[in-house]
Amino acid sequence: MAKLNLDRDKVDVCRELASALVHPVQKYIDLHSTVSIERSVLRLMGLTGALKDENGNYPLANLIVDKMDRRQLSLGIATWIGAAKLKYDAPLEVLATRIIQGKINLADLPEPPPEAIRKVLLSPVSEAIKRIDFNRKERERLRSRSPFPRGPMKYVIVATGNIHEDVKQAIAAAQNGADVIAVIRSTAQSLLDYVPHGATTEGYGGTYATQENFKIMRSALNDLSQKMNRYIRLCNYSSGLCMPEIAVMGAQESLDFLLNDAMYGILFRDINMKRTFVDQFFSRVVTARAGIVIQTGEDNYLTTADAFNNHHQVLASHFINEQFAKNAGMREEQIGLGHAFEMDPAIEDSFLFEVAMAELVRDIFSRHPIKYMPPTLHKEGDIFFSHVLDALFNLAGCMTNQAIQLLGMPTEAIHNPFLMDRFSSIKSANYIFKAASSLGEEIQFNANGKLARRARTVLDQTHEYLLKIKDMGLMESIERGFFAEMPRPKDGGRGLDGVFQKARRYYNPFLEKLGSSR
Amino acid sequence: MGFFHKKEEANLEHHEPVITAYGDQMNDGMVQMSFTLPTTCGLESKEAAKLFVEKMGFEKVMVTHMEAISDNFTFFVVYGKTNQHIDIREIKVVRPEHPVFSFDEINEVIEKKIGRKLVVVGACIGSDAHTVGIDAIFNMKGFRHDWGFERYPWLSAYNLRAQVAVEDLVQKVVALNADAVLISRVVTQRDEHIIELKKFLDLLKNTSGVSPHLIKICGGPRISFEDAISWGYDAGFGPGTKPSEVASFIVHEFLKRAGKN
Ligand code: B12
Repeated sequence: MAKLNLDRDKVDVCRELASALVHPVQKYIDLHSTVSIERSVLRLMGLTGALKDENGNYPLANLIVDKMDRRQLSLGIATWIGAAKLKYDAPLEVLATRIIQGKINLADLPEPPPEAIRKVLLSPVSEAIKRIDFNRKERERLRSRSPFPRGPMKYVIVATGNIHEDVKQAIAAAQNGADVIAVIRSTAQSLLDYVPHGATTEGYGGTYATQENFKIMRSALNDLSQKMNRYIRLCNYSSGLCMPEIAVMGAQESLDFLLNDAMYGILFRDINMKRTFVDQFFSRVVTARAGIVIQTGEDNYLTTADAFNNHHQVLASHFINEQFAKNAGMREEQIGLGHAFEMDPAIEDSFLFEVAMAELVRDIFSRHPIKYMPPTLHKEGDIFFSHVLDALFNLAGCMTNQAIQLLGMPTEAIHNPFLMDRFSSIKSANYIFKAASSLGEEIQFNANGKLARRARTVLDQTHEYLLKIKDMGLMESIERGFFAEMPRPKDGGRGLDGVFQKARRYYNPFLEKLGSSR
Repeated sequence: MGFFHKKEEANLEHHEPVITAYGDQMNDGMVQMSFTLPTTCGLESKEAAKLFVEKMGFEKVMVTHMEAISDNFTFFVVYGKTNQHIDIREIKVVRPEHPVFSFDEINEVIEKKIGRKLVVVGACIGSDAHTVGIDAIFNMKGFRHDWGFERYPWLSAYNLRAQVAVEDLVQKVVALNADAVLISRVVTQRDEHIIELKKFLDLLKNTSGVSPHLIKICGGPRISFEDAISWGYDAGFGPGTKPSEVASFIVHEFLKRAGKN
């Protein structure tokens, strides 16, 4: 129920502006593909293995795409797999091994006619889609048997670096009342242009996202869900240079949520913007079909740009992220826009301003599973004070009916959560969500009070900001530091060499089958 | 907030020099602690927690809270009384010796005593993507009402921000003929920060064209002045550092090396 009595026309105008400013970028996206998208096509068709050498495991999908020159690749990897299949009539795994061993040289194959490629790939492609659809239905079934959590879902992070240790921590968290387990990734995985392989036990500040790790955690949580009669959701990160591949892994291993943002990688990992824009599109085409809920990362803007002065940046970015997601065929119920309780606690009425923002986001994006992030930046070594900050954050989330609450940790400024940190945090959220369960339904805001005025101001500023961005161009506005105060040049950052223009006969069966009829 | 970042010397005038933890009576030695044991929740576990704390040397141990975290982990809150005392007169802290000047004073000293702009280069190195710390020192707006280096008319400030490879940073230091290099490390898991910080110094040693007078500074939430010195840096700055404190050090150290102090 909307509570802020906002100017609905203004909200509509913001959406129109976002749509208009995303349009030229979307045109660029439609004309391009990337090495990671091509690798994802192979992974979708089941090529998820890796080859071991002295440097460790390197994915087969990478080995094949690395062999192709850009002219060939511009037709899409599927074209060449189709050609190989037509000539050798063998399963993909077998073809892959021979290609990697140099026994088949894709470059020597003639380009077959489009109908022939489509025909020969028909079965692997429909198998791939069936697998994703099966997972989606299975999750829907499991979720429907489990009571829907009342109040925001309690979402916690595990990040020991060791997947087996992560499982222990996840089980404890779920037993304490967590609804969602997110395994955060090892430092700098985002900058790897391949996905590590197998079960991993050595991560820094997080655990590597690998297909095997996804499998291990999913299976542990499924067992637990059954025992507890309560479905536990699993989340990971589809971001960085392998954003599309991780989306595919998430779809194949039946994850519920994926962090996935149209601009986060650009701003916070210095990944090239063209690469990110093209990649996010395909990754969202996959998550749309897989029924995965994505979560965007606007909350992070408030760590580099002051929260009190920049709520409009967050909201402007929400409209933009939403538009990109819709272009990829995502439904509003799948777009978990992210925002955060990051205001300096020294500010008078900071709680009131936080509630204003939380309510504003809720009112504007009423069908979206909004993800609310805890205070982090202003936490320091005083874990007791941090715990109090989190308590107010939990109250704000509960009273404004946020969909997903990432629980803050008292030790945020110190280390990745220990078992007992997460325990205290969940215990406190359990109490607050219960104690204030119906509070939100009882609250009305003074129509001209401080809170409502703050919300209106943020919306006004957002509208002006979007106008400016539209005039300037989205890429240009990023170059000028419009988001998170992190200016990034159009052709700078990592991964641009992995972007290429599609040939006229470019073929990606999944884009064709899953892509929206925009 | 940050009101706990006091860097001044402890003042001994108001209390006895030999101290222990304080609950509500002088010398009661009361300490609160909490921890997890990998065991089920039960009376044996409670006793285990008590013994564990007694083994650490505490007396009158009270397990005030025990709760199952999961099937095989239990959380405890415990109070204990310690007999350990510390004589604060025996404590030696390695800290920067320089006086802290204001923004105006620093610029004036550079202008009058050095007569040219000092070149300072900053970066957060390795795979560490945290910029907020190094930005706090460099960005115009500065930190906690203290202007950043980019605002100092007598500093030429170059902030390379984050994810900077040490090789690139060394190159930049040489190319700009820097007077000071400032390195940030925020991610410290598995001592990655120490490895990277030392790697930078090693590389610097093996590179020609580096000014022998280069002032090497590091900083971050888990970095102390003492550690930094032990790794071979000239200074290290921890949580709550303000730009003027760092600029004061640079100017002081520069003058010291030039024999102009
Ligand atoms: C903001 C933030 C982020 C933002 C960073 C945005 C950006 N562009 O900087 C984002 C969201 C991107 C981020 C990402 C990650 N983060 Co982070 N992040 C934080 C957070 C919340 C605040 C850090 C901060 O900005 N503090 C404010 C600044 C002003 O303080 P400061 O850095 O201490 O700097 C001051 C002093 O230390 C000093 N200083 C710092 N550097 C220097 C340098 C010099 C030369 C000098 C003189 C002084 C100096 O002066 C500054 C001003 O006083 C902390 C938690 C916390 N509250 O501390 C976690 C935290 C630092 N992050 C952490 C982690 C693990 C990560 C990730 C690895 C998570 C992951 N697995 O993906 C990624 C990093 C990926 C990567 N490649 O690095 C951990 C680090 C754990 C550890 N001890 O190693 C923390 C502690 C959170 C946690 N509990 O897990 N993070």
